[in-house]
Amino acid sequence: MNAISRRYPLYFALPALLLYVTFFIVPSVTGLGYAFTDWTSYSDQVNFIGWKNFQEIFSPKARYLVYIGNTLIFTVGTIILKTVLGIGLAVLLNEGVKRFVNFYRVIIYLPAVLPTLVVALIFRSILHPATGILNGGLRAIGLNAFALPWLIDPHIAIYSVIGVDSWKGVGYIMVILLAGLQTIPKDYYEAAHIDGANAWQRFRYVTLPMLRPAIVVVSVLNALYALRVFDIVFALTNGGPGYATETIATDIFKSFSEGQYGLGTAVSTILFIILLVVGYFVIRLLERGQARD
Amino acid sequence: MTGKTRLRASGGHLIAIFASLVMFVPVYLIAVNALKSKGEAAAMGVELPTDLNWDNFLTVIDQGKLTTSFLNSMIYATGSTVVATFVAALAAFVLSRNRTKMNRFLYFFLIMGIALPINFFTLTTMMQVSHLINTRQGMIALYAAMQTPFSVFLIYGFIETIPRELDEAAIIDGCGPLQLFFRVILPLLKPVLVTSALLSFLGVWNDFLLPLYYLNSSSYWPMTLAVYNFFGQYQQSWNLVSADIVLTILPVLVIYLAGQRFILGGLTGGAVKG
Repeated sequence: MNAISRRYPLYFALPALLLYVTFFIVPSVTGLGYAFTDWTSYSDQVNFIGWKNFQEIFSPKARYLVYIGNTLIFTVGTIILKTVLGIGLAVLLNEGVKRFVNFYRVIIYLPAVLPTLVVALIFRSILHPATGILNGGLRAIGLNAFALPWLIDPHIAIYSVIGVDSWKGVGYIMVILLAGLQTIPKDYYEAAHIDGANAWQRFRYVTLPMLRPAIVVVSVLNALYALRVFDIVFALTNGGPGYATETIATDIFKSFSEGQYGLGTAVSTILFIILLVVGYFVIRLLERGQARD
Repeated sequence: MTGKTRLRASGGHLIAIFASLVMFVPVYLIAVNALKSKGEAAAMGVELPTDLNWDNFLTVIDQGKLTTSFLNSMIYATGSTVVATFVAALAAFVLSRNRTKMNRFLYFFLIMGIALPINFFTLTTMMQVSHLINTRQGMIALYAAMQTPFSVFLIYGFIETIPRELDEAAIIDGCGPLQLFFRVILPLLKPVLVTSALLSFLGVWNDFLLPLYYLNSSSYWPMTLAVYNFFGQYQQSWNLVSADIVLTILPVLVIYLAGQRFILGGLTGGAVKG
C-alpha cells in the first residue's frame, strides 16, 4: 500500500458500493437465474424450466414483440422530436433574442422538473376529445379536422404519448444544447460570414458540426430513459387502447401485479441486457467528454 | 439598431414567448382550476374562476389524507438525498483522487447504475429478506441506492477541478484522510453538493414507480401515489384533482425557482462536456 492509497483509503467508497450492490446489482444478477424458472407469487416452489420463458416472449403468438416495437417507436420518436425542437429553441435563445434569455430558459425547462405522473394527469384533461382545451382551441380556429381522439384512437395514441413526453423533456435537451452553443467561438461565425455563408449555411456548416458531440450525448441519455419509460405511459393510457401503447416497462408491471414473476424476470433481463450495452457506450462517451476537459 | 435587426429581435421574442406559453399553460390550468367549483372546472378551461373556492384545498387535504403523504414524501426525499449525497461524495473523492486500475473499474461499475433498469421481482425478495418491504426505511434505502450513481458522476467531475496541492498542504499540516475530507474537501464541494442534492430531492419527490411497486399500505404513500389514487376516486371533480396537484407541485416549483442556478448549471456541467 503506497502513500496515495493511504491518503485516499478505499473504505470511503464502501458505503456507496454497499448500497448499490445490495439494491441494484444483486437483484439484477440473481434475476439472470430466475429468468429460467416458473417463479410465481402463488407458489413457494420455483422450478427450473430452461428457455421456456424466452420462447414464450419471442413466439409470434405473444404480444411481446408489439411491446418491444412500441418501446422502440417511443424511443426513436421522442429522440427525433426533442432533438429537433431542442436545437431550434437553443438556437433561438442563443441568437434570436438578446434579453430575457434566462427567463425563457427557466420557463421552457419547467415541465422537466414536474412529476411525470402529474403531467400525464393534466394532459388527460387537455387531450380529452370532447372537452379538452387542445381540441377546443383547434375547433375555435376552424381546424376541426385536426381535433382528433388523441389518446383513444389506437393508431394515434402512441404518437400522443410521444408528444406529451417531448413537451416535458424538450427543455432539458434545450438547456444542454444551449450550453453547447455558447462554447462555439464567435470567430467561426465571423469567418463564415466573411466567406459569404448565409444564415442556413452558417447553421449547417458551423453550428451543427460543433454541436454534434452534445447532440450525441443527449440522444443516448434520452434513449436510456425512453427504453425504460413507465410513468408517462402508465398514467396517460395504461398501455391502451388495447395494447397500442404497451411498453416493456408497463408490461413488467402487469406481470408483477399478476404474480408472473418468472416471466417478468425474463422480460426484465432482456431489458437489462439491452441497457447494459447501451449504457456501456454512454459511459464511454461521457468519460471521453470529461477526459477532454 | 437598424429596422431589420429590430424586427428580427422582436420576431425572436415572439417565438420565445409562444414557446414559454406552451410550456406554462398546463401549470396555469392547474392553478386556476384548483380554485373553481366542480361544475366550472369540469372542462378544465383557461378562464379565471368566478369565485375563489379556497376550501377545495381543505377538502383534498382531508379527503386525500395529504398531511401524512406530504410528510412521507418529505421523509423519503430528504432522507435518501442526505444519504445518497454523502456516500456519493465520499466515494467520488477517493475514486477521483486515486485512479488505480481497480478504482477506475469501481467508478464505471457505480455509474453504470445510471443506465441499468431495476429488477423489481428479485428486488422484492431482497426487500423481504432484509425486512424493508413496506417500510419507510426501505423506501429511503432504495431511493438512496437509486440516486447514488448519478451523484457519484456529478461529484466526481467536480472534484477534478479542486487542486491536489490543497490535499498536499493539508497532509503536511497533519490531516488524516477523514480530516482532509471533512475539513478541506467537503466545504469546497458545496456548489456540486447543492446541485446533486436538489436533483436528487426532486427525483425522489416526483417518483411514482417505487411506491407503486412496494407500498401497499396507504399510510406510507408519498404525494404522487396519493394524487394518483385520489384521481381514481374523484375523476369527475377536476377542481379537487387540480388542488391536489397544486399541493404536490408547490414544493417542486419553490425548489426549482430558488435553486434554478444550481439545477440548470449542474445539468450542463454534467452532460455537455462531450
